[in-house]
Amino acid sequence: MNIHEYQGKDILREYGVNVPNGHVAYTADEAVEAAKKLDSAVTVVKAQIHAGGRGKAGGVKIAKNLDEVRTYAEEILGKTLVTHQTGPEGKEVKRLLIEEGSDIQKEYYIGVVLDRSTSRVVMMASEEGGTEIEEVAKETPEKIFREVIDPVVGLAGYQARRLAFNINIPDELIGKAAKFMVKLYEAFVDKDCSIAEINPLVTTGDGEVLALDAKLNFDENAMYRQKDIQELRDLDEEDEKEIEASKYDLSYISLDGNIGCMVNGAGLAMSTMDIIKYTGGEPANFLDVGGGATAEKVTEAFKIILSDSNVKGIFVNIFGGIMKCDVIAEGVVEATKQVGLEIPLVVRLEGTNVEQGKKILEESGLNITSASSMADGAEKIVSSVK
Amino acid sequence: MSIYIDKDTKVIVQGITGGTAKFHTKQMLEYGTKIVGGVTPKKGGTEVEGVPVFNTVRDAVEQTGANASVIYVPAPFAADAIMEAVDAELDLAICITEHIPVMDMVKVKRYMEGKKTRLVGPNCPGVITADESKIGIMPGYIHKKGHIGVVSRSGTLTYEAVHQLSEAGYGQTTAVGIGGDPVNGTNFIDVLEAFNKDSETEAVIMIGEIGGTAEEEAAEWVKANMTKPVVGFIGGATAPPGKRMGHAGAIISGGQGTADEKKRIMQECGIAVAETPAVMGETMIKTLEENGLKEKCKTH
Repeated sequence: MNIHEYQGKDILREYGVNVPNGHVAYTADEAVEAAKKLDSAVTVVKAQIHAGGRGKAGGVKIAKNLDEVRTYAEEILGKTLVTHQTGPEGKEVKRLLIEEGSDIQKEYYIGVVLDRSTSRVVMMASEEGGTEIEEVAKETPEKIFREVIDPVVGLAGYQARRLAFNINIPDELIGKAAKFMVKLYEAFVDKDCSIAEINPLVTTGDGEVLALDAKLNFDENAMYRQKDIQELRDLDEEDEKEIEASKYDLSYISLDGNIGCMVNGAGLAMSTMDIIKYTGGEPANFLDVGGGATAEKVTEAFKIILSDSNVKGIFVNIFGGIMKCDVIAEGVVEATKQVGLEIPLVVRLEGTNVEQGKKILEESGLNITSASSMADGAEKIVSSVK
Repeated sequence: MSIYIDKDTKVIVQGITGGTAKFHTKQMLEYGTKIVGGVTPKKGGTEVEGVPVFNTVRDAVEQTGANASVIYVPAPFAADAIMEAVDAELDLAICITEHIPVMDMVKVKRYMEGKKTRLVGPNCPGVITADESKIGIMPGYIHKKGHIGVVSRSGTLTYEAVHQLSEAGYGQTTAVGIGGDPVNGTNFIDVLEAFNKDSETEAVIMIGEIGGTAEEEAAEWVKANMTKPVVGFIGGATAPPGKRMGHAGAIISGGQGTADEKKRIMQECGIAVAETPAVMGETMIKTLEENGLKEKCKTH
């Protein structure tokens, strides 16, 4: 789960991680009010969307007075920003972060992520701040330093200092930088983050170490114990069909193609997309109905697929384990009764209760093409949408 | 022979009084798995499907002599359940539960260091040795006894592979689901190593997916150590970057973990990679033929 930069900074502030003062604003008036409160020499007006690359897209402006704050706020609010992370359709800006300007001496990078090879959290640091870490990793990997963290001990003081020295933080600021890192790790663990990225971390003319940007992502699986984080969810930033799917515990992701997919199991669902593409078609979505799906859940899944106007055909691919084929069949029949079905539907059933499932589909009188295997199903659906 | 489990494995079911666990306890008993007990705190002294229930794993182990556990405990309590199984010094703990917070698993892995228990999963279908023991949630009937080892990050994709092999007449030794989470107990290399040592296993199919670098590391290990042919498949070639594809671990991030890169390295390391999921079985059969193992592995 993603949150906005200003929300991430609020959380960091709570943990004693040094961030610039700032306030969120939804209108130009609020932006000016916020700037008045800050009363700083320069004010930064930052678009708040769930994507990086905002600066390059014109979503970050430096204002020298209140009039400029108003001008920039009016300019950015309502604007659609297109960055390398938003996709070509871009994202509309509805919130701004009004922040005090900082006297930047130098920019650095700090990131906290899970290291899958060691099953530990790792903190990464680099003196190439401001650029994307993937680029640094490609061009100058020797400039990225890593500390693997023992979950019992936390980020040890010596590890934080070592990182700070390695990225050439000035001697007089080593203590502040190390404290920043230790607190950042504490916030990461306490809040069940999956990523905490500070890019850039800056040292300032008045001797501070500050998070100029903050990107926090959270582990969806831990949200049951992070109610305050859950409240930060911004539905404007999410796909409508994905929101609808999450209400029913369905794992759904929108894609650009025209063949709707309904599958059980994440691996099989991904592979079903793959085989559609391999056969010459384009999948419209990833959809894993999960193991314990009921006929009702399957019905909802079907409705979500059909709500996508790009969808010109549907491929249902089920290998029943815990999931029983007759349950899927009932759900498919029920959904088509409720919403009608005017596009081709190919169903491949295998596994638990497969015979009962096939029987339900046959007796339904619906226009359903059955497939004997995954490849057969993919061919049938691809040729029928062409 | 087989790996990890056989007809003598004595299993307890943690969380046995829950709905899913009850259903699968019945299925496992019907398959012939030796389920000797169950554990649910405060339900000790009761029975599920004729199996005695205990309050703690230690009680269950002392009373039944169990050496393995299968965990169906809900996600918020699953990490604790794994640690309880480890504390009771079981040889094997298989965790079916999905959606366990990552930070919980980081702690569990730290807790397990230096201890004897092997953890399989979490978020996995379990382990099955055909005709001997089924510990997990997979449909038993598709598995036939034979000589192919199966290891996979995905449940249903494993069924797909096993089904293709069985339909074509090639049985399996053991099928191990290592799970779709980014932090898990047993990885590809552990299972490949076990299959390499197993006298019955003649060839192995490993089924991976996007995210992380476990397949790349396994491929390097295969190149350096494996004496038996390995066939592979990677799911998620069409998955967009930055999106979690159902499994918590299935995400392309920072340009890492793409299907193309995994396939490329696997091929470089001598693994025959199936181009589509529909030809996993075919690719295995072709590989067996090239290695003169086709006759030996044809079981039915």
